[in-house]
Amino acid sequence: MKTIMIFDKAGEFAENKDIARDLRTQEILPALERHEDITLDFGGVRAATQSFIHALISDILRKHGSEVLDNISFKSCNDTTKKIIGIVVDYMQEGVEADLDDEK
Amino acid sequence: MRVHLPNSAFLGNIDPFFRGFDPTNPEILEITANEKWISVHPIVLTMVAALGLNVKPENIRCEKFEATSKHYLVRMGLFKALNISTDINIVEHEAAGRFIPLTQIRRSDELTTFITEMIPLLHLEPEQANTLGYIVSELVRNVLEHADAKNGAILCAQYYKKSNSIRIGIADTGVGVKKTINESYDAKTDLEALQLALTPGITGTTTREGGTAQNAGAGLFFIKSIASVNRDFFVIYSGHGFYKLLKKKPTLRLDLNADPFKDRHSKEENLPFWQGTIVGVDITLDQTAEFSLLLDVIRKTYSMAVKERRKMRYKKPRFI
Repeated sequence: MKTIMIFDKAGEFAENKDIARDLRTQEILPALERHEDITLDFGGVRAATQSFIHALISDILRKHGSEVLDNISFKSCNDTTKKIIGIVVDYMQEGVEADLDDEK
Repeated sequence: MRVHLPNSAFLGNIDPFFRGFDPTNPEILEITANEKWISVHPIVLTMVAALGLNVKPENIRCEKFEATSKHYLVRMGLFKALNISTDINIVEHEAAGRFIPLTQIRRSDELTTFITEMIPLLHLEPEQANTLGYIVSELVRNVLEHADAKNGAILCAQYYKKSNSIRIGIADTGVGVKKTINESYDAKTDLEALQLALTPGITGTTTREGGTAQNAGAGLFFIKSIASVNRDFFVIYSGHGFYKLLKKKPTLRLDLNADPFKDRHSKEENLPFWQGTIVGVDITLDQTAEFSLLLDVIRKTYSMAVKERRKMRYKKPRFI
């Protein structure tokens, strides 16, 4: 199990998409490829933008499908951050399913 | 180029100011102003500053301002941004004057630092600080990522005690919304491009649902939604196109539209050409709906918009 402390990288207002991209490409995706489960710990994060969350997880959902959510836990999110993660997860699942339908 | 600072230009009555902007002769900038009073939204200052950054200081012709409120322009950093001198003297207020002077942001890390530092300047409650930080982050990142603007984003903001509101302006002189959107779509006009850019899930980086790894096409929709739910103004002007979300009457239900043209709005498609994009937002603090409630409605609206687009791609039965 790998735990990533978002606050340590992005601070209390998580909005820097470059940081989100680096977390995704350098930590989350390699861990998933090693079949490790991941905890994204939002403790101390006061707010996160939709763009930040999108840059953090959308490509993971596209590459691994929605089943990857069984391997990722979101810890210590406040109500707002939970909802933004929910929005991104929703539209990615709907979008990825549409892409798969088109490929059939 | 010529710009005239009127006695009043806020988002509600900004249209004549934009119509009066003269973009011809881009090597020279002439600035005139109302002789008695100048009271303008931050969007006006960002626009003038953004123009000035593309002109050599010696080619900026700024008339001697007579208006009694001329000191405001100095306090907001207009002359400093234009790199021209002024004989208007001001008494510096305390640092906590509840405004953000004209600021230029060209890099991602500058934005992160700016957002951290701006909140204490405006003395906001945590919920309000989140909303403002959210708006500034999404708008400036749009500029940094899509505008290809050598001068980056120019922004400023002001707190207005009487209306208890924060008013924000952000301008760039980059490629404009139409060029960005048309990397993946085929908007015929600047206004059509604005309509697409404000629709959730539409980004110039791809036509694929869910966007790319870095872009979802949701930023402007979120900001228009914040203004819509709070019954505030939101304005975007790019190329010849102009869209203004108008204030609406209070309702019990929080309703959002994926199509910006279904909101109460005004629009124009033949304004003087603005090379780049300008955005203005008002946030009335005492009616700021709880952000998390807004997110519930955004989630529903966004999801419906994606489903509608999927439905449009369904194969249709062939009746013969």
